Amino acid sequence: MKNVIEVKELTKDYNGLTAVDHINFEVEEGEVFGFLGPNGAGKTTTVRMLTGVIKPSFGSVSVMGFDLGRHPIRAKEAMGVVPELSNAYADLSAWNNLQFMAELYGIPKRVAVARAEELLTRFDLYDRKGHTVKTFSKGMKQKLVTAMSLMNDPEILFLDEPTSGLDVQSARLIKEMVRELRDTGKTIFLTTHYMDEASQLCNRVAIINHGRIAAIDAPEKLKVRIGGLQYVEVSFTAPVDVSDLSAMTGIAGVRTSGDKIQLYTDEPDRTIRGLVDYSQSSDLEIVTLNTLTPTLEDVFVKLTEEA
Amino acid sequence: MIDQMRRAYAIAKKDVRIYYLKGPVIIFGVLSPAFLFLAFMIGRDLPVDFLIAGLLGMTIFFTSTSVAPVIAPTETQTRNLERLAAAPISITTILFGDVLASVLFGIAISLVPILLGMALGVSITHPFILALGIVLAAFCFSAMGLIFSSAPTSMTSTVMMLSMMVKFPLVFISGIFIPVQELPLWGQALASLSPLTYITDLCRYAFQGACHYPVVVDIGALLVFLAAFMAIAIKLHERSLPKRL
Ligand SMILES: Nc1ncnc2c1ncn2[C@@H]1O[C@H](COP(=O)(O)OP(=O)(O)OP(=O)(O)O)[C@@H](O)[C@H]1O
Ligand SMILES: [Mg+2]
Repeated sequence: MKNVIEVKELTKDYNGLTAVDHINFEVEEGEVFGFLGPNGAGKTTTVRMLTGVIKPSFGSVSVMGFDLGRHPIRAKEAMGVVPELSNAYADLSAWNNLQFMAELYGIPKRVAVARAEELLTRFDLYDRKGHTVKTFSKGMKQKLVTAMSLMNDPEILFLDEPTSGLDVQSARLIKEMVRELRDTGKTIFLTTHYMDEASQLCNRVAIINHGRIAAIDAPEKLKVRIGGLQYVEVSFTAPVDVSDLSAMTGIAGVRTSGDKIQLYTDEPDRTIRGLVDYSQSSDLEIVTLNTLTPTLEDVFVKLTEEA
Repeated sequence: MIDQMRRAYAIAKKDVRIYYLKGPVIIFGVLSPAFLFLAFMIGRDLPVDFLIAGLLGMTIFFTSTSVAPVIAPTETQTRNLERLAAAPISITTILFGDVLASVLFGIAISLVPILLGMALGVSITHPFILALGIVLAAFCFSAMGLIFSSAPTSMTSTVMMLSMMVKFPLVFISGIFIPVQELPLWGQALASLSPLTYITDLCRYAFQGACHYPVVVDIGALLVFLAAFMAIAIKLHERSLPKRL
């Protein structure tokens, strides 16, 4: 697999504040790469440097083999960008916005017309194509901006929080689109605050905090490596003495939350048998019983919470 | 290179659609030089071709500098700029597009005083020089307009104020209301620093056949101002664009 994005020692200083601090990573062709981090971690700043919108204070980026500092035009022609906060031109129609993008990327008129029709249909905007964008709802605008980013049929698509503020349907549409693009071999760089979104879509995620990368790996590997132990969550018909449960073999820790008791263990099977025995011997009924593995959210919280 | 020129044209087209083809913009473009002009000319006994030349110079000046300066702050505020900055175009391309739109607008509106002059019986002695002068001046003033918008602000009012503070004094030192040769020496020296002086002088040549500076000097001066304004605008915008995001 070849690398389509290579980032070396990338740094951005804003008068004394280091928003991005010597980060290094590669994105492989065809993967969905997730970029996660709390507010102000430096995600948008990184995306802006990767898309050539701002210049790094230090370090280098290459996209599709083109150094962004030396060949910005060639590199940018290969990408599609949906910035975090950006709008289509409110006074132009959806159609004219798409055609404007095609002209900026040097797409021949004939190709552009066919592609615009296809994208408008795909994003459910076809019957509004002649309307000016100021008459659109927020979700429709976001869908149009996404469609605009696909007008040049990019090899790499950058999405900075593409689903924030969208309803379930529209968010699904965008996620569907990400999957489809991945299936056609495109590469996607995605920042998001939705952990399950990252978990569902991404081949690998990077977690960034205070401008530094805390971890990069496949979501499942991160869960095993950093998320910690699995746990069994149980609730009974009547209150129980928690110390009875923590005395069971193989229990690393116990937490209660509401009427539920969480038993941390690396042997969930043994714990479940123990709980069944316990309920019989103390004549209690089990109401709910779940085995839970750590989620990406657990990993995220662990890596980013302040000491 | 050719690609970038095509893309600049796309930007110009966008500008015309969004910023220029609006009733108030066009009406304001015609009326503001006309009013300023009338305010100073009423009651004075000057030949009509002298007047029309002055009006024409002012019209090109005001129209070419009217809209170009507000595009960058407006697009900062409406958040269209990051999309442009991510596109495969250089800042020079963006600015060329903005200038091109402004030039087309300036040229179109300058037809109004020319037609007015012809209706009043003014004849154009040197139509080719006039056309060349109008195009050059429109480029020159449009580039000047872009310098005003290089302050990294999203407030169009700031930019408008800045441009007014430069534009009005220029009108008074440029030999529009009083012929340059009738100014005192210091006035002539001041006039020579304003690009508006040279286009007005060229217009007088085109209408009256006589002018203060040699035609070559007028054209050369406009070219020099154009090159300088464009270079300054590009430098300043390169610095301010990242601050607008
Ligand atoms: N133009 C700027 N000037 C000064 N500081 C900036 C600028 N842009 C970002 N910063 C600072 O850089 C840091 C990182 O910001 P960034 O926008 O990259 O965060 P983020 O990870 O995208 O956050 P969010 O999840 O809220 O979008 C923040 O501390 C922010 O205040
Ligand atoms: Mg952000």
